[in-house]
Amino acid sequence: MRYLPLNDADRTQMRETIGITGIDDLFEDVPKDALNPVIDLPLHIGELQVEQVLGALAVKNRAAGAGPFFVGAGAYKHHVPATVDHIIQRSEFLTSYTPYQPEIAQGTLQYLFEFQTQVAALTGMDVANASMYDGSTACAEAALMAKRITRRGRVVMSGGLHPHYASVTRMNSELLGDEVVLAPATPDGKGEVLDLIDDKTSCVIVQTPDVFGNIRDLTPVAEAAHQKGALLIAVVTEVVSLGALKSPGEMGADIVVGEGQSIGVSLNFGGPYVGLFATRQKFTRQMPGRLCGETTDAAGQRGYVLTLSTREQHIRRDKATSNICTNSGLCALSFTVHMSLLGETGLRQLAALNHEAACNTADALSAVPGVKVISSSYFNEFTIHLPRNAAEVVEELAAKDIIAGVPGSRLWPEEGDKANLLIVAATEVTSSDHIVALADALKEAF
Amino acid sequence: MSMNNQGRPTSPKTGAAPDTSTHTGNKALQIEEALIFETGHMSGTGVDLPAPKSKTNRLGGNERVKSFGLPGLSEPEAMRHYVRLSQKNYAIDMGPFPLGSCTMKHNPRLNEKMARLPGLGDIHPLQPVSTVQGALELIDTLAHWLKELTGMPAVAMSPKAGAHGELCGMVAIKSALEARGEAGTRTRVLAPESAHGTNPATAAQCGFKVDTIPADETGRVDLAAFREKLGPDVAGIMVTNPNTCGLFERDIRALADAVHEASGYFYCDGANFNAIMGKARPGDLGIDAMHINLHKTFSTPHGGGGPGSGPTVLSDALAPFAPIPYVVHSSNGFRLVEKREGPASESFGRMTAFHGQMGMFVRALSYMISHGSDGLKQAAEDAVLNANYVLARLKTEMTPAFEGSCMHEALFDDRFLENTGVDTLDFAKAMIDEGYHPMTMYFPLVVHGAMLIEPTESESKRELDKFCDALLALAKAAKAGEADKFKAAPVHAPRRRLDETAAARKPVLRWTPPEGEESSLAAE
Repeated sequence: MRYLPLNDADRTQMRETIGITGIDDLFEDVPKDALNPVIDLPLHIGELQVEQVLGALAVKNRAAGAGPFFVGAGAYKHHVPATVDHIIQRSEFLTSYTPYQPEIAQGTLQYLFEFQTQVAALTGMDVANASMYDGSTACAEAALMAKRITRRGRVVMSGGLHPHYASVTRMNSELLGDEVVLAPATPDGKGEVLDLIDDKTSCVIVQTPDVFGNIRDLTPVAEAAHQKGALLIAVVTEVVSLGALKSPGEMGADIVVGEGQSIGVSLNFGGPYVGLFATRQKFTRQMPGRLCGETTDAAGQRGYVLTLSTREQHIRRDKATSNICTNSGLCALSFTVHMSLLGETGLRQLAALNHEAACNTADALSAVPGVKVISSSYFNEFTIHLPRNAAEVVEELAAKDIIAGVPGSRLWPEEGDKANLLIVAATEVTSSDHIVALADALKEAF
Repeated sequence: MSMNNQGRPTSPKTGAAPDTSTHTGNKALQIEEALIFETGHMSGTGVDLPAPKSKTNRLGGNERVKSFGLPGLSEPEAMRHYVRLSQKNYAIDMGPFPLGSCTMKHNPRLNEKMARLPGLGDIHPLQPVSTVQGALELIDTLAHWLKELTGMPAVAMSPKAGAHGELCGMVAIKSALEARGEAGTRTRVLAPESAHGTNPATAAQCGFKVDTIPADETGRVDLAAFREKLGPDVAGIMVTNPNTCGLFERDIRALADAVHEASGYFYCDGANFNAIMGKARPGDLGIDAMHINLHKTFSTPHGGGGPGSGPTVLSDALAPFAPIPYVVHSSNGFRLVEKREGPASESFGRMTAFHGQMGMFVRALSYMISHGSDGLKQAAEDAVLNANYVLARLKTEMTPAFEGSCMHEALFDDRFLENTGVDTLDFAKAMIDEGYHPMTMYFPLVVHGAMLIEPTESESKRELDKFCDALLALAKAAKAGEADKFKAAPVHAPRRRLDETAAARKPVLRWTPPEGEESSLAAE
């Protein structure tokens, strides 16, 4: 077996050193009838055979980059520079552990410090942590953090929050007995959470651009929340939008969480991604997850360590701010490398290209008889209303190798009034040919 | 047995080091590297993007006006920056990484190649299921392997890491109690004092109270003490097996029977599954839920702190409460169950936005089918053999925490350092100078100055012998009175000991420009 360096001679010699005759002498604490069960799985195979097995599964899927593709709603198809993937595959990054021995993990620690700085700058906040699993779990953790800060147990969520984020947050908050209020989902971005905020509310969670693509001004929500002593949690699922839009920090958010996948991370069918988590300085010690901080070594040289670990599970156990341990280190590296290549100049250009692609797509689709573009302000994603069931249309177009978007029924299976909605995303990889193909195919669909 | 509350030293000790200074601060292959914010230009960028053709603006008056002040690097600058940083890291590809309970095994590059196939890496979680049949089949296949290896009837694939899997299992337990109408009364969860910190943290996150069970003299759960703690308010027990002392809980069935008799559930922390894969199945031992760390047992790279992946196997009693979404096989292909209805009507909801860590699923399956049932069993046996070989070789100079053999990790305490002036931290830092990543130190908490060594099956005998020789030499040096050298260590690493106390006292968590310099990066 190519991954196992011991040979039989080694094993025999080692057993002698240990003083046992058979390997099962080391398993004598296992109940006899449970030892060495029959495992009904195939035997080992070579590298070539593995490639054949997995290659056969891969070709049954339609890759996003293989043709017209307009799916977003929380994960986006972007171009990733080749440098990113090369760097994250370096042994010293790929095959290292959490930096528990900082003297020989300065590489990891320094990029985490750079990552934290980039996330804080982009979101307009003071501090950011070293990553969460993804945007949805970061959102749930933010609600728990608001509970710790305000000592209140009522979570108010905007209807424009991605319904999966809302589900994850609800599940986590209800575990601790909190009340969770979700405003109705309104595709036009109107109707708000303002009336739902009361003086028992711990936090208000609002996403911008929202799940339908509408850009939300968070300033009035922040004011309303703060008036009642609640925190505003801003959610960003398309982080490239921060290259074009006012940061949540500027609009008064207390905690900003986001999905960082769009910068540097492949689609991966939903994971691994990288959760962004940023907040105000004064809330630092209530944050979940790892934090990297600057310090000096015994020779006075600058260096980095994991810090404020008294918040964390391995020290605080049942009093920890979160149970999170492993996070998304390598995806944070992807984000940081891609962001370092972009810089502010590149990110602004990238954002402008995304907005342009979405505007062009919306213009083309609004010219299709029967299609109504619902969103009035948007970044790289918008919602349209179709004269018939959107999921059926999506399937018909998929058969023509056009992946049209996310039908409303996929995100709100219980809400029949959303069945004709289609959420359409366009990015820098969307070509004018793709847009024409989508518009033409829709013309034939009804 | 009492908890080790001594904590570990966090401030650097001073000690003499030879003068190895250079004019540049660089040391041959070790190049000092500034932060990107100190070297990049605001106008710089390492991407060439076309200019937008139109000026259409539908941002609704929410345009960003303020600069966010992040510099960009050209491609050669970026490459050099990150390569230099990488050279300040230790990695499994360089040498043994014997962190106990972390299972740092070889990460095959075939797995990386497979995860990057466009049909697996470049697919979206919300594209039509008819266009991702291969992806769903892959998840279904991996689920089958996990169920077969654990002897459990169901597996929730979406948890994103080990602690997330713990949460999945404990929420399933809470949901089962709710279905029985007992969630309000069964509020106590029992966990051994040797447990990973994530166990009590997870229980607390579910709203349970955590009650600690002591260990017995052999390093295992004290069965009598456990039985005494059972009662009508107990929701369940969380036990790691093999446990964090590197020992198999030989009373595991008695534990399971006792908790089931008390109408509670048995959560098993599967962090150490590498010791028993193919050798014993949790399903045969009476457990109700267990997470599997694909980033430990099944070789997906740890990546400096993640991503992980924590599929969680569930018993028949807990399976109805499994999180959505999940994959089912029907007559016309694979389907995703994404709403709470039919068989999923009792599901407790969503752990995460999408379907879990697909990128890790591909790598883990690639690893598993490479090994096959025979190779996985051999890997577990080699992992246990390697750990016991280390134990046998080191016990002449170091002090094993418990008598007898171990599973996949060997646990030592600090008795052998008594009166040497060297403590566990010093010993670990001295290992760095010898070219090794230290073992897990000061964990588990039940052992004084713990040193937990997990070599995994990836180490050759030759590599293990060199490693043991190095540790034996260090133990002898400590006993010979060379404490000063230990206190000064490491002196050959990119940094000497770092001041963690200072870092925590006045946290600096991001770069800010030096005083007097204007930058929009400054915190608002």
